[in-house]
Amino acid sequence: MTTVIQVEHLGKRYRLGLAPQKYQTLSEKVSNAFSAPLRALRRAQPPKADGADTLWALQDVSFSVEEGQVLGIIGRNGAGKSTLLKILSRITEPTTGSVTLRGRVGSLLEVGTGFHPELTGRENIYLNGAILGMKRAEIERKFDEIVAFSEVERFIDTPVKRYSSGMYLRLAFAVAAHLEPEILVVDEVLAVGDAEFQKKCIGKMGDVAQQGRTVLFVSHNMSAVLRLTQEAILLEQGRLKLRGPSAEIVDAYLSAGNARAGERLWQPDEIPAEAVPFRPIALRLRDQKGAVVETVRSVEPFFIEMEYELTAPIVGLRVGVYLTTARGDQVLTSFDTDDQQRFERYATRPAGRYISRCTVPADLLNGGRYTLGVNASTYRVRRYFMDEQALNFNVETSGAPGMQWPEPRPGVLRPRFAWEIEQQ
Amino acid sequence: MALSARLKTDPDVVVIRPTKNWAALNLRDLWRFRELIYFMTWRDLKVRYKQTVLGVGWAILEPFLTMVVFTIFFGELAKVPTDNVPAPVFYFVGLLPWGLFAKALNMASRSLVTHQNMVTKIYFPRLILPLSSILAGVVDFLIGCLVLVGIMAYYAFSGEMQMAFTPALLTLPLFLLLALITALGVSLWLSALYVQYRDVGYVLPFLAEFWRTLSPVVYSTTLVPEKWRLVYVLNPMAGVLNGFRWAILGTPTGPDAGMFLSAGIAFLVFLSGLFYFRRMEKTFADTI
Repeated sequence: MTTVIQVEHLGKRYRLGLAPQKYQTLSEKVSNAFSAPLRALRRAQPPKADGADTLWALQDVSFSVEEGQVLGIIGRNGAGKSTLLKILSRITEPTTGSVTLRGRVGSLLEVGTGFHPELTGRENIYLNGAILGMKRAEIERKFDEIVAFSEVERFIDTPVKRYSSGMYLRLAFAVAAHLEPEILVVDEVLAVGDAEFQKKCIGKMGDVAQQGRTVLFVSHNMSAVLRLTQEAILLEQGRLKLRGPSAEIVDAYLSAGNARAGERLWQPDEIPAEAVPFRPIALRLRDQKGAVVETVRSVEPFFIEMEYELTAPIVGLRVGVYLTTARGDQVLTSFDTDDQQRFERYATRPAGRYISRCTVPADLLNGGRYTLGVNASTYRVRRYFMDEQALNFNVETSGAPGMQWPEPRPGVLRPRFAWEIEQQ
Repeated sequence: MALSARLKTDPDVVVIRPTKNWAALNLRDLWRFRELIYFMTWRDLKVRYKQTVLGVGWAILEPFLTMVVFTIFFGELAKVPTDNVPAPVFYFVGLLPWGLFAKALNMASRSLVTHQNMVTKIYFPRLILPLSSILAGVVDFLIGCLVLVGIMAYYAFSGEMQMAFTPALLTLPLFLLLALITALGVSLWLSALYVQYRDVGYVLPFLAEFWRTLSPVVYSTTLVPEKWRLVYVLNPMAGVLNGFRWAILGTPTGPDAGMFLSAGIAFLVFLSGLFYFRRMEKTFADTI
């Protein structure tokens, strides 16, 4: 066994105000230059490098990966998963520590980077291939295969701006999938596209692993992690908390941080700066009597409420929830403006404090543990805030249909169907 | 064998660690990605004149119309002397390298921000972005050169000037190179600054105007008083333009101490730009 990735004491420090603020104009820099010494004087001590205005996105992370291993990387949002991947793919530099890599790192999140709408499919394959680090001879060799995989043969000499978004994505994915890197990074969290496309990504990943190449798999989908990886690492607040067999790590992850009963409150430091003007306050689960609960009965309706504040009006905002099983399989997505009339009525949502509340009807969910995620976005324009694992809760099935038989019932739904029995 | 021990023998092994202030020029990676330079240049060329009626005609029309305006206002009305060369030829010879420089400066300085989705998503030597933007401009320049030959042939035919092959003409590629180095040097500074300060975007058009006035585009260096000449040629583009006119038209602005000073400044800007760019490169993805 050879080691292909060796990460030693890796750390990455961000200066707060650097990343979220995006960029400074010169005048801001000048005014900062004047005010900074005054502030420093007032504090009567020089600002330290590790002070309040810095954030360690990763700290003292060490691990190694053997050739052919598929390693899962799990952790909450902001645990440092993306930063780790960015360092591994050399997009950003670490502040401390080192990474030694053997071979090319390819990633399925680079899909379509550098595509130019005015160029034809053929031209974009060459361009995108070169951007991803392929040699021209290599692209030529794989060209037919890429085209076949993308299923856009007929339009290969058409500018991609005339493509449907599905064709565009397929072509882009085909190029990335044929890069054949020694180390493949799959960040499902950041992957765009529909379930079909994500399935394709994961399928490709399985192929790659079978060919004996190394895969790093980042996911919130615990069943996918369990299915595809033997080993996993758990990141928590930038530190490597655990490493071990995937089943153990997934268990540890699911049981940690799930203590809040029926309510998730967001502290100011948990809200990314790009969420402004959207400020999440709380996500709550209430039973019929209005009490905040962690366990709901499947035979009674219950309420999901999202409390938030807008510090400025937002046009076309939709606030909604994802429901997934605790293992990460998606159950449903629903937005507060799904209803056409309500969407038009709230075309612009003025600044202010809001609660978006929905009723989940009785006899819908099967018993088990579920996870609620929240999303506040404007369609195709901007995602203000997303937390895919905001709140966990249980559904309890006493009184549900079929409870006279104490056997487990597989499936996510437990509806009360109107059966009829006719004797002929 | 430990991975780090294999590093020296295996070209596929990459070590990622924080680089110190003045990062070494990573020429190995630049060489590895040489095909990307070609593809990015090719893309810029392909895309540039898409959905235009005149297409590549713009590469001809732009300097040509500017030349006509200069000839009317500076040549005919203001009667600015043009070193005994027909005014249209004099201006056109100046506009060719100036156009190359101005376009390169504009495109290359914006290149990192224009391609920020690439910068934040994948690794490649960032130097490729300004470099390929500048190379794409060379094609326009070469097309302009053909037009210049036509204009000169017209004036030679009508007897207003002589068109002869001189040894000086062989030095032309050197002056082209000097123009490119100047453009790249300034663009390296500005593109890296632009990542952090969007002010650069506002400065660019103004800078181009200002710089053209300070360069011998619409007038000859021979009009600059002798005692100011040495200060004047601190502008590397003065050296480039003087060189072009001397090599093509035989004006009395040939190589002298001043021209070497110009070239020296150009190299200084280029080298300092290169090191500043490399130094800032590691923060691009976080700052942009």
